[in-house]
Amino acid sequence: VAAALKEGRVTPTELCQQCLSLIKSTKFLNAYITIAEETALKQAEASEERYKRGQPLGVLDGIPIAVKDNFNTAGIETTCASNMLRGYISPYNATVVQKLLDQGAVLLGKTNLDEFAMGSGSTDGVFGPVRNPWSYSRQYKEKSIPKSHSEDKESNWVITGGSSGGSAAAVSSFTCFAALGSDTGGSTRNPAAHCGVVGLKPTYGLISRHGLIPLVNSMDVPGILTRCVDDAAVVLGSLAGHDPKDSTTIQDNFKPFELPNLTDVSKLSIGIPKEYHAPGLSGEILALWSKAADLFRNAGAKVVEVSLPHTRYSIVCYHVLCTAEVASNMARFDGLEYGHRSDINQSTESMYAATRREGFNDVVRGRILSGNYFLLKQNYEKYFVKAQKVRRLIADDFVKVFQSGVDVLLTPTTLSDAAPYKEFIKEDNRTRSAQNDILTQAANMAGLPAINVPTALSERGLPVGLQFIGRSFQEQQLLTVAKWFEKQVRFPMIQLEEVKRHDHDVFQHEKSASLS
Amino acid sequence: QKVSVEVLDHLEHLALVDFRDSEGVERLQKAIQFADQLHEVNTDGVEPMDSVLEDRCLYLREDDVTEGNCTKELLENAREKVEEYFVAPPGNIPLPKLEERDTFLQGS
Repeated sequence: VAAALKEGRVTPTELCQQCLSLIKSTKFLNAYITIAEETALKQAEASEERYKRGQPLGVLDGIPIAVKDNFNTAGIETTCASNMLRGYISPYNATVVQKLLDQGAVLLGKTNLDEFAMGSGSTDGVFGPVRNPWSYSRQYKEKSIPKSHSEDKESNWVITGGSSGGSAAAVSSFTCFAALGSDTGGSTRNPAAHCGVVGLKPTYGLISRHGLIPLVNSMDVPGILTRCVDDAAVVLGSLAGHDPKDSTTIQDNFKPFELPNLTDVSKLSIGIPKEYHAPGLSGEILALWSKAADLFRNAGAKVVEVSLPHTRYSIVCYHVLCTAEVASNMARFDGLEYGHRSDINQSTESMYAATRREGFNDVVRGRILSGNYFLLKQNYEKYFVKAQKVRRLIADDFVKVFQSGVDVLLTPTTLSDAAPYKEFIKEDNRTRSAQNDILTQAANMAGLPAINVPTALSERGLPVGLQFIGRSFQEQQLLTVAKWFEKQVRFPMIQLEEVKRHDHDVFQHEKSASLS
Repeated sequence: QKVSVEVLDHLEHLALVDFRDSEGVERLQKAIQFADQLHEVNTDGVEPMDSVLEDRCLYLREDDVTEGNCTKELLENAREKVEEYFVAPPGNIPLPKLEERDTFLQGS
């Protein structure tokens, strides 16, 4: 589509309006919390001026994007899907948002998520759950057996996964060309797998977190969701690099890259960590994973089984470290400077307590309380420090494997395809997170880059993805391998009736559905 | 091994967040049980890891003022303010004790 914009076959305002009207017609997905219609159109007009003068800012000029609602966006409400921040209008742009806007991207709106990015289904925000666009695809509908005549078609919809479900749904339903998510335990890769899009978690320290409302400072990264690997590389190129406003970004010079079209994989060594054959992994995904390994082997790559022995403790470790950091990070929400404030006025403490009781949902409050428990003087060594030690063991596991010559690891992203909402809500948030983060969490522990590539459709007609984990700061290598794999599997395009109704060439031609 | 009411009360004070009902307390119990699995791992001689970037030097900026003067924008989001001050209710008044507080834990 970037080429189409450059050649004048479509204008930024046309593109913007198409996306906005598609957002309106796919409102039932509940992917967006806020739609910035006026500002988006203004940005599109400005972009159009630049194209007319033959001076576009770059590949991203005029491209509609969406941003997860836990990134600060100046002048636009930022809620984190929580009552605590309802009505909060950010006074500044997160660095990543600013970078995209500086490149001319058109910000369509803020996407839905689990409250404060805590969850793996995008079901626990105050604006309601996000629906997976694939629930309405021909592929899913063909495979679903109506249980009874009275069963409402509507009630069979599946979740997007989380917590960046809104962003994944937005990209998957063609309402934007790229979206920002965040990834702390798999929150970008999980919904990417369930929605059939590419989800990239960059190395910790590569992309600035300034303006991303923090969950776990030592593991959070902004995530990138796109429809193809090349697009992810383009977005990465515009976002990566040192930010003086985020001291946890590394100072090395980052050079944006274009992905080569790899034809010869014989020099590649792919590692298959046996511990990722986790309990509960569906037979379908296991078979797909095996097929993928064979694909590489038959193409000449070296495929070896490796071991990451502490994998099964990563969830427990995450549980302790995450709740501890959350207890600290959520302390800033006291109602004084911003956000919700309770009417209780007898004392500062009682006002804080009431504000936090009113503003946070059960999940957030539960994590704050657990976190405080683990940080109590009598528990500090036993839980928090212990978890930090286990974290080192997990990170070391990866170091050893990469040192032994493996270039990239291949693992499943999720245990199964997307669950129906009715099934998913039968268990509580913590149980679900513990189940669903198991394959994605360790990469956050170790700070490594990882990417979900949509691979095939399950028997139920829903997307299944596979994950590649790379070496620290080796995104170029990781994405090159991912791109080769993407080309081999040729994941089908979603067939949504709503999109067809619009009858606009841009979305129907597969090549134009992507950025590059 | 259940968490004592004293500890639960202490947590409510520290976190300034309450256990709304027995489910909240159950949730904590389960969380602790879950975390206990950590003790299966042998971590003798292992140093705790604070950050994956521990091998690098932290970036420190020059001590120069590069932005600011945004009092108006910052005050816009506060509900109670007077001139350039955020207004808080009277401080130094601790939360009422367990018996006097309206909390679920009273029943425990």
